[in-house]
Amino acid sequence: MLLLNCPWCGPRDETEYHYGGQAHIPFPGTPGDLTDEQWAEYVFYRDNPKGPFAERWVHSTGCRRWFNVVRNTVSYEVLAVYRLDEPRPDLPGLAGLPGLPGRSDLRQSADPAGGNR
Amino acid sequence: MTATPLPEHPDWLWRTPDPRSSYDVVIVGAGGHGLATAYYLARNHGITNVAVLEKGWLAGGNMARNTTIIRSNYLWDESAALYEHALKLWERLPEELDYDFLFSQRGVLNLAHTLQDVREGVRRVNANRLNGVDAEWLETDEVAKVCPILNVSPTTRHPVLGGTYQPRAGIAKHDHVAWALARRADEMGVDLIQGCEVTGFVKDGDRVVGVETSRGRILAGRVGLAGAGHSGVLAERAGFRLPVQSHPLQALVSELHEPVHPTVVMSNHVHVYVSQAHKGELVMGAGVDAYNGYGQRGSFHVIEHQMAAAVELFPVFARAHVLRTWGGIVDVTPDASPIIGTTPVENLYVNCGWGTGGFKATPAAGWTFAHTIATGEPHPLNKPFALERFTTGALIDEHGAAAVAH
Ligand SMILES: Cc1cc2nc3c(=O)[nH]c(=O)nc-3n(C[C@H](O)[C@H](O)[C@H](O)COP(=O)(O)OP(=O)(O)OC[C@H]3O[C@@H](n4cnc5c(N)ncnc54)[C@H](O)[C@@H]3O)c2cc1C
Ligand SMILES: [Zn+2]
Repeated sequence: MLLLNCPWCGPRDETEYHYGGQAHIPFPGTPGDLTDEQWAEYVFYRDNPKGPFAERWVHSTGCRRWFNVVRNTVSYEVLAVYRLDEPRPDLPGLAGLPGLPGRSDLRQSADPAGGNR
Repeated sequence: MTATPLPEHPDWLWRTPDPRSSYDVVIVGAGGHGLATAYYLARNHGITNVAVLEKGWLAGGNMARNTTIIRSNYLWDESAALYEHALKLWERLPEELDYDFLFSQRGVLNLAHTLQDVREGVRRVNANRLNGVDAEWLETDEVAKVCPILNVSPTTRHPVLGGTYQPRAGIAKHDHVAWALARRADEMGVDLIQGCEVTGFVKDGDRVVGVETSRGRILAGRVGLAGAGHSGVLAERAGFRLPVQSHPLQALVSELHEPVHPTVVMSNHVHVYVSQAHKGELVMGAGVDAYNGYGQRGSFHVIEHQMAAAVELFPVFARAHVLRTWGGIVDVTPDASPIIGTTPVENLYVNCGWGTGGFKATPAAGWTFAHTIATGEPHPLNKPFALERFTTGALIDEHGAAAVAH
């Protein structure tokens, strides 16, 4: 069982939380301009890396707040926990975080304004 | 009832050749799907210059880890057609492959515990019948007749209000299925190469012309991906994305018991499914771990949850011991339906996204994927299951029938 450190409540068992999938997927800035392919990307396509992954969790049986976690999907080691209004910490192992050329969501999180919308 | 003895193995099953420098078709992944694809490429299309590359040992992935439930009672026309095609193939495969893999049509019961479960179940039975799939709605007392060890008392926490029943559904001995397919594919000239991981793709512009492997470069006219839980990783190496997420899914078995459980029982509501293997182990499964993961183990709290449900439904199992638990990695799509078809890379085809329930589809997955690879075009059965559906929006939403009861 994972032990996740809620930024507000502290470390709690995984069973107190719900999983929210990949973090840093911003809602399209100009939705009216999106092609069907871009909508498909936004709605259905998520990264699925073997290694560090930035993801969202909600402390559903506690404070009910969302936060972000960087977790290794192979070792399950939790590498970072941070609030939604904080940028993704620049951890050493994360430079080569998977994401295909042309994908912006993960790079976007390095931008100070680009938290999770 | 008596326990069924396991069949004897033939003396030899397949050769272990070194990879050649090129093939007409390379299949990545020697799970049931990769092996069935190779078998049908040879049998249905006469394409035998084929290699199946497997990073581990033959059928050691999800094929070795699943709970072997076979059924075709899916809701939508597209799925019913595909899974029923598979079930019809299952019915003739033991004879065709000359290998008794103990395909046992002992029936599958899907229990209903709420009024909404009842309505969904009745709807599915009607949909199944319209599609020529055998299905019955059973009231509580009829459920008890099919499976007398089930606790159908109205005083349980989640009383059984009825259930759907597919008599032609059942289980098979999964390892033997793989070996049966491997033996025939091998006999027809297919090279089965174990310990050979595909690490990259050789491309000429937008066209794939081969694969890089831990045993060197292998050129290929066409490449088919059948990597199950690792399909997302493979696609990324080939330069495109798939709408799949990989999750751990686990199962467990008890020690041997005398045969007491005559069918397969599944409950989506309390989330457990139970059958009794041919030798006598109780085989149980539950839901996926919620998060993405490639660790081949599942969370303990999922086991606790499924055990609580199993003991309530089957009080007779209360003193059974868990002997082994294990996990596999399954690739889940947004609509809980598979993807079989072309990719943005020319001559590269994909069979993936079967999530928690692809064992039952093994023959149909192989049949349709072989057709797609051989002709470059989808078979009518897999046309709706193309990658494009996530762009067109023509999803085949089988969460009700698929995730995660198998
Ligand atoms: C616990 C559990 C219970 C299940 N229960 C059921 C059930 O009751 N009924 C049902 O219908 N389905 C069930 N499933 C799902 C079913 O097992 C899968 O959908 C199905 O096995 C997937 O197809 P496959 O057999 O080809 O996959 P696999 O057997 O996983 O084959 C994929 C192969 O690709 C190989 N591979 C991956 N990457 C590479 C690479 N880079 N190079 C070379 N080889 C590679 C892997 O090693 C693996 O052997 C269950 C799964 C699990 C984990
Ligand atoms: Zn909290």
